[in-house]
Amino acid sequence: MGYVAVKGGSASIDASLERLKYERLRSGTSIDTADIAASLRALVDQVMSEGSLYAECVAALALKQAEGSPEEAVFILRAFRSTLQRSYYSRTIEGDSMQVERRISSCFKDIPGGQVLGASADYSHRLIDPALGAEDDAAARAFVDGYLSRPFSPRGWAPYPRVTDLLAGDGLLRLFPRDDSGPDDVTKEGLSFPSSRSMRLQVLARGQTGAVTALGYASLRGYGAVHPTVAELRFGRLPVYVANPEGGGEGPDDDYYLGFIRATEVETVIPVQVPDGSGGERIEFSVGYGFCFGRNETKAIAMSLLDYCLEYKDERYPTHDEEFVLLHIDSVEATGFISHLKLPHYVTFQSSLDSARATAKGKIDE
Amino acid sequence: MNSLYNYAFFDEGSKREIRRAILKAVALPGYQVPFASREMPIARGWGTGGLQLTLSLVGRSDVLKVIDQGSDDSVNAVNIRKFVSGTTGVAVTEDAREATIIQSRHRIPESPLREGQVLVLQVPLPEPLRLIEPSEYKTKRLHAERDYSGAYLVLFEEIQRYGRVATGADHPVEVHGRYVMAPSPIPRFDNPKLDGNPALILLGAGREKKIYAVPPYTKVRSLDFEDQPFRVEDFGSAACGLCGASGVYLDELVDPSTGSKTWRCNDTSECASRRRASQEAADAS
Repeated sequence: MGYVAVKGGSASIDASLERLKYERLRSGTSIDTADIAASLRALVDQVMSEGSLYAECVAALALKQAEGSPEEAVFILRAFRSTLQRSYYSRTIEGDSMQVERRISSCFKDIPGGQVLGASADYSHRLIDPALGAEDDAAARAFVDGYLSRPFSPRGWAPYPRVTDLLAGDGLLRLFPRDDSGPDDVTKEGLSFPSSRSMRLQVLARGQTGAVTALGYASLRGYGAVHPTVAELRFGRLPVYVANPEGGGEGPDDDYYLGFIRATEVETVIPVQVPDGSGGERIEFSVGYGFCFGRNETKAIAMSLLDYCLEYKDERYPTHDEEFVLLHIDSVEATGFISHLKLPHYVTFQSSLDSARATAKGKIDE
Repeated sequence: MNSLYNYAFFDEGSKREIRRAILKAVALPGYQVPFASREMPIARGWGTGGLQLTLSLVGRSDVLKVIDQGSDDSVNAVNIRKFVSGTTGVAVTEDAREATIIQSRHRIPESPLREGQVLVLQVPLPEPLRLIEPSEYKTKRLHAERDYSGAYLVLFEEIQRYGRVATGADHPVEVHGRYVMAPSPIPRFDNPKLDGNPALILLGAGREKKIYAVPPYTKVRSLDFEDQPFRVEDFGSAACGLCGASGVYLDELVDPSTGSKTWRCNDTSECASRRRASQEAADAS
């Protein structure tokens, strides 16, 4: 009888995947993706932001498949994104066009248009609420009906003025020429160094929430020289337009409206020293910009700090080093390389063993 | 075949873009060509660079072999093979001689490659100078200026410290007398196979977004010194406990029943074919 090779890999993988499905469903219930989209909104937002794909239903599906793991869901979303043909770039979206649901400024007590708290957990006491254990759909509907039956006077839609425009009006803001050139698309060209600002903003905007937050925090706490104030943080809906794909008119009236995205936008102001033109220095404010899909205020603020850090290089701190920041905050890359350590390494380890033994032998021989 | 997606997963535009990077890599042996590495359905660090090369090249008449650390049966090899055949329907094999494309993690097959074959190596860290210079901007300049003193200094310091060069896998090589290249962490044992190989060797680093190549019959030299020549791993007189081969790369195992050290061929398909051959010879006699 001839030799029969031991073949385990394929069967083991199939069994592992089946077991994974069993673990996901063992409680005998299957969560509705509509429930995920409706009730786990922060998670859906985080996954869309890190996955750099604005698609609530796909993100909810990925979360169901990933049993709620953001790193897995982002991974699934990104792989799906790779197969999508990208036909258009949108028109430049102005934060001014946002239908604001929340908008705050730390710079001034009062701002034109007013502070709009909107919905926020910022002022909640983080006391776990046992009553929520018994909350059901009927209770949800009852609350919503009651909430909506109360009289309210709509403000009517009008753009909110930008807080940074106030500072610009006072001549205290460091101004740059407007640049609406197309982005250097890091998903088509790859990131190269020194990077352009459009590359940096893309990588930061799709960065892993925890990583962006940690590095932003480091720049604030001691590994950076950032003293920021949040000029404005806003959250709401932004309309998205593309140029008429059939050609035709170039005016905004000929654009196609695709729909809206929910997004968080942050401008922090950071004092910088600039030459005053007569040999001395004076203080102006520079703006750090943060933006991400959905509602994720911590990430957007941290991003604005890192945007500033990478614009103003400072060799003393890793948070001001674009390679250190941009190459290590991507969820798919970081989790992928860390998890690859689970792969077998016996060939390379054997090679290390060979060298280790040879050096030990050399020592003994001496 | 999974018809939800295009042939070989990517849209044709993406494949063409990767092939353009490959052509540039072939034209500049050992030079790391940046490319817009896509996110794949397998994890970064698990062979996405190699996988993108394979998917951009694979045609309907190709025959594919996938190995991970020398084995066709390793779960990751199985997984990658399943993905490529699932999105293309191409034939697969375990025999390196039959394959037209061989995707491998950290090994060059024991049986010699031939003209017309493509060996795709998966690369975790493509930059041979990363150890001495963390900045990509600066390593690019070092390559441009052909400043490889740092790479030699690492080897020199090992000699000072240990009395010999103590690199493990991924011992750096100089390609075509110009670029110093990380051979992906293949063991030193496989480095000499890079030199003058008749096959096209492509190296892909998905996470680091680089493609590089050793075209057929390119001169590849492992870095060393005149008085400290390059050395491959030394298995002494050890031989494979299954097929009896020596002079091949071996895996070290502990026999669970006796607790003693045993050896097995690392290249499992070569080992199996040697055993088949000797079995057939025994059956015939």
